[in-house]
Amino acid sequence: MMTKWVRHLREGIRNVIRNGWMSFAALSAVIVTLAVLGFSLILTFNVQQMSTSVANQLEFSAFLDVNASNQIGQQVADQIRQMPDVSSVQVISKNEGMAEMKKELGSEMSDVLNAFKQNPLPIQLVVKPKDPHEITAVADQVKLIHGIAAVRDPHQLASAIFRTLDVIRDVGVVFVVALLITSMFLISNTIRITIFSRRREIEIMKLVGATNWFIRWPFIVEGMLIGFFGSIIPVALLAVGYRSLYAHAKGQFSGLAFPLVPAGTLTIKLAVILVAIGLVIGLWGGTMSVRKFLRV
Amino acid sequence: MIEMQDVWKEYPNGTQALNGISVHIQKGEFVYVVGPSGAGKSTFIKLMYREVRPTKGHIFVNGFNIERLKDRKIPLLRRSIGVVFQDFKLLPKLTAAENVAFALEVIGLSPRQIRKRVADVLAQVGLEDKMNMLPSQLSGGEQQRVAVARSLANNPAVIIADEPTGNLDPDTSWGIMRLFQRINDRGTTIVMATHNREIVNSMRRRVIAIEQGTIVRDEQRGNYGYDD
Ligand SMILES: Nc1ncnc2c1ncn2[C@@H]1O[C@H](COP(=O)(O)OP(=O)(O)O)[C@@H](O)[C@H]1O
Ligand SMILES: [Mg+2]
Repeated sequence: MMTKWVRHLREGIRNVIRNGWMSFAALSAVIVTLAVLGFSLILTFNVQQMSTSVANQLEFSAFLDVNASNQIGQQVADQIRQMPDVSSVQVISKNEGMAEMKKELGSEMSDVLNAFKQNPLPIQLVVKPKDPHEITAVADQVKLIHGIAAVRDPHQLASAIFRTLDVIRDVGVVFVVALLITSMFLISNTIRITIFSRRREIEIMKLVGATNWFIRWPFIVEGMLIGFFGSIIPVALLAVGYRSLYAHAKGQFSGLAFPLVPAGTLTIKLAVILVAIGLVIGLWGGTMSVRKFLRV
Repeated sequence: MIEMQDVWKEYPNGTQALNGISVHIQKGEFVYVVGPSGAGKSTFIKLMYREVRPTKGHIFVNGFNIERLKDRKIPLLRRSIGVVFQDFKLLPKLTAAENVAFALEVIGLSPRQIRKRVADVLAQVGLEDKMNMLPSQLSGGEQQRVAVARSLANNPAVIIADEPTGNLDPDTSWGIMRLFQRINDRGTTIVMATHNREIVNSMRRRVIAIEQGTIVRDEQRGNYGYDD
């Protein structure tokens, strides 16, 4: 049992070496494809993180009646907190609202505010929904609660952000799938060309009673070796590149306040995905290449 | 051992290669299959190891029912049969020993068992001194001996050979024939298609003559019977 696997591995490695240039061509094709794929994955991961980070910042404000007391404010806030789709409610009391506004207007303008006998600001409730996609629905529900005078409509901003991020993601998926199919064909073609010279070997193997799987394995090993090395090389290159970029940008998209995905996390994700894809491409390519020759 | 009942073979292009063949070959027999080119000898041989499927009829080989044989059981059938061809079918980049070992790796023997068995069968064909030579370093007769050694490796109950001396000069052919003779003496069934009238006539074994896809003669101690 063991000797059989040792043999398949040995034969697979021997095939890669024996077909030197063709293996090199297939390997290069896989490296290039997976490097491009890896690059788009890095972008996708960061866009995704940005999307989550935007989504987590999504909240809307609801206002009580100007005359409502802080006590009522707390009651209404509690009532909103009970709603199943609401994640948190922050109460900004009349005084807090006033302090905030003074800070924003600066010292001179705040004198104007002091002219009011009574605080003219309503109590403000900052509501954060559990699912940011549901923000409009939650806002509509909050609007109906007794004691709420107005809700600032969050609709337009939220949906615009989500639409953009969705488009970026869809384009990425299409791009990635096209790349994968291309590299699968490249591997399978390479092996198929080299297999031509090995027809005789396959013919004899069948004659002496080799099972189809016995014949297939060395070719699969060959494909998977190409897939494996074709994936760890771009993983290494991209990881090093991203690490230095991340250090250089101090972990943020320059200018914007969005954090980059940490280099360590990204490297692991990238390695797992690309190596898995490399192996699958190789497996598929190897299997496809012998298929024609195995019909009895 | 080998049984064919009313076997027909039509190739996909419409060629009618065999038209109702029935034979029974017993364990330990030595059978020559003779007939003109294109008569259907090779087709007859190929049916036995399921290289081609019969269009109609029943075939039993070593207890395998060829009609019902599932594709994934074909290797088992082939391991019970040794096959030898006119063009030897050796791998040029492998030595004599490696060519034989190849057939044993396929059935999953350990390297130690393989080494022992390879030495054993190469000795049987008289090539123990040349086991590390490549086919290109061997004469035609020696290459055919390697092929015979390979066919013996699995210890098959039957060896089938399609014109094994077709590419060899008369002296070398005699050597190969004596080798098959020795193998047959130990009880292995042998079915051989051949054009070698001298050998057939002097051996006086069972002769099955095929013409245009039909058996026209089947004699226990027959001769070649053609003038060509
Ligand atoms: N694969 C094939 N496809 C079509 N016709 C074939 C094929 N193999 C053999 N034949 C035809 O079948 C007939 C018998 O061939 P074969 O069995 O090779 O005869 P032999 O070995 O006696 O010379 C011939 O007419 C030959 O041309
Ligand atoms: Mg023939």
